[in-house]
Amino acid sequence: MSTSDRTDPAASKGPATYIVDAVVAVIVFFIGAVVIFGSRKLGSEWTSDGPGSGYFPFYIGLIMCISGAGIFYQALFSKKAKRNTNEFVDGEQLKRVLSVLLPAAVYVLAVQFIGLYIASALYIALFMVILGKFSWLKSIGIALCVNVLFFLMFEVWFKVPLFKGAYNMLDFLGY
Amino acid sequence: MDEINSLLQGFAVVLTPMNMLLMVVGIVLGVLIGVLPGLGGANGVAILLPLTFTMTPTSAIIMLSCIYWGALFGGAITSILFNIPGEPWSVATTFDGYPMAQQGRAGEALTAAFTSSFIGAFVAVVMITFLAPLVAKFALKFGPPEFFAVYLLTFCSFVGMGKGSPFKILASMTLGFALASVGMDTVTGQLRLTFGWTELMRGFDFLIAVIGLFGIGEILLSMEEGLAFSGKHAKLDPKVVLATWKKLPQYWMTSVRSSLVGIWMGITPGGATPASFMSYGLAKKMSKDGNKFGTGQIEGVIAPETAAHAAGTSALLPMLALGIPGSPTAAVLLGGLLIWGLQPGPLLFVEQKDFVWGLIASMYLGNLVGLLVVLSTVPLFASILRIPFSIIAPVIIVICAIGAYTVHSAMLDIWFMLLFGIMGYMFKKLDYPLAPLVLALVLGDKAEDSFRQSMLLSQGELGIMYSNYLVGSITTLALILLFWPLISKGLNLIRPAKKDEFEADRPVD
Repeated sequence: MSTSDRTDPAASKGPATYIVDAVVAVIVFFIGAVVIFGSRKLGSEWTSDGPGSGYFPFYIGLIMCISGAGIFYQALFSKKAKRNTNEFVDGEQLKRVLSVLLPAAVYVLAVQFIGLYIASALYIALFMVILGKFSWLKSIGIALCVNVLFFLMFEVWFKVPLFKGAYNMLDFLGY
Repeated sequence: MDEINSLLQGFAVVLTPMNMLLMVVGIVLGVLIGVLPGLGGANGVAILLPLTFTMTPTSAIIMLSCIYWGALFGGAITSILFNIPGEPWSVATTFDGYPMAQQGRAGEALTAAFTSSFIGAFVAVVMITFLAPLVAKFALKFGPPEFFAVYLLTFCSFVGMGKGSPFKILASMTLGFALASVGMDTVTGQLRLTFGWTELMRGFDFLIAVIGLFGIGEILLSMEEGLAFSGKHAKLDPKVVLATWKKLPQYWMTSVRSSLVGIWMGITPGGATPASFMSYGLAKKMSKDGNKFGTGQIEGVIAPETAAHAAGTSALLPMLALGIPGSPTAAVLLGGLLIWGLQPGPLLFVEQKDFVWGLIASMYLGNLVGLLVVLSTVPLFASILRIPFSIIAPVIIVICAIGAYTVHSAMLDIWFMLLFGIMGYMFKKLDYPLAPLVLALVLGDKAEDSFRQSMLLSQGELGIMYSNYLVGSITTLALILLFWPLISKGLNLIRPAKKDEFEADRPVD
């Protein structure tokens, strides 16, 4: 994974950074609008007993909208020379990022069902075998060691119970 | 000398075998966190915070603050040996530290870095010892408008001193405030901005945000670069250490100047990174070997490290005395205080004397212990970076998930952590600063409370921000900082400013 040679950046053209910048600015503006809308509904005016619940968030939303608009303007309409036309991520980089992000999402989903310990052991072992090209024996060994250590640390020494999932397969341990 | 007496009492509190053990454990964990990619001071402390819930507050803060010192020391190891700055403020250390390591002078560079870190931190702690009680005493007279003015100053100084687009700083900050306001309103008890989703009643905990933004986000970034660590080997020979120590006193001027820069910049939020760059720039200008900087000058290591540590340590002054943290890590420590049932702020010095002075005493001891620990264990920590990334990455993600879960024992938080991770990755790539977001998330409720209380006092008149000289001058200063990007543009028109040669290298944080 890590040291694989980079593909020619010209071969795979992703969006330029200033485009992504503008898109994120629109999202910021949108979130600001949602905050304004939410606080208007809560009462952003002066009520009989002082400022309403939405009084402060209303201004926060307002500043957020202004800054969203500002970033949008800077990203698209500032001088050409200042504009960051570099590719945001190239194909190879995106692949690498997703190769961590997607398994991480699957891992969190697994935690929901089978709990932190088992999901973590599976995750570390599979990550090492598939992405790190380690042998099965070594991967499973390290995964088990790490999780036994975590189990001892949290359940036994510090008495902080961790999530066991919807289907608790570690029930027999009595923790 | 009241302070000296209180400090001695603090040492009496700290010097128990258990606390000394926690100190060493904290330092070792901290250096480990500082060395590992994806874990840094802020999220490391955030992950380990739940483990301290069963300890007494004094023991807990000793361990956590030692983790902080450890992380500060750890950043220097990766900068010098691997040319990878572990924290934004160690970027300046790589300029001369890595060339020194390439020339086989890694031991010298590391000794200089650690020792000057220690000196910077020491000077800052001495400053805290004498200044913090005074600031706290002064702040006891503060009412809601004064406190809101100080909050305003904190946030405006991000805009005034930060790098990059001021709109991005504002966006990041307001996002933090908006997330902080989600959940139960502390005054009216109304549910806010949950849009009917009852799970959101708890709101967004800043610890989750810190773990996601800094932890997961950093892992994604390191992954993108396809990190293969190729570092220089480090052995710290006691002879090299002694030889370097003999050389250091001739650079006393650099140390003093850098400590002062660090302290000055550290009290204002987000100060450690600009402090390290400013101090490097000053050292380059003032040194007689100035033109050799960047090729492995020992002064180029001393200056940024001293300033960064002095700043990182002084960031605790506003947190202790005013309840306003100066850095994300200080913010996490402040969150810890709240969880242990302590109210940070001026009253802390009156009501929790043992705690405060224990903490200050532990800063002296922790930095000394830290210096000894890092000097003796560098090879061990350097070897950790040689572990393949495909083992480190999943383990760190698992650690982050565990840390996120333990905050509220809520599964949903792990999902939020993942979302914050993606956000952190995008924000880092687009040069949005993350520190204002974290600080706004931590201080959101308190800033809002002080704003509402001031508005209640004045019946909605903003004029209360100018009701007396004190609040008026703080507010004016805040507004100047807020509009500093515009003001400096205006000044540039009249008299073009000198170009800052390190501007491009300074990271946005």
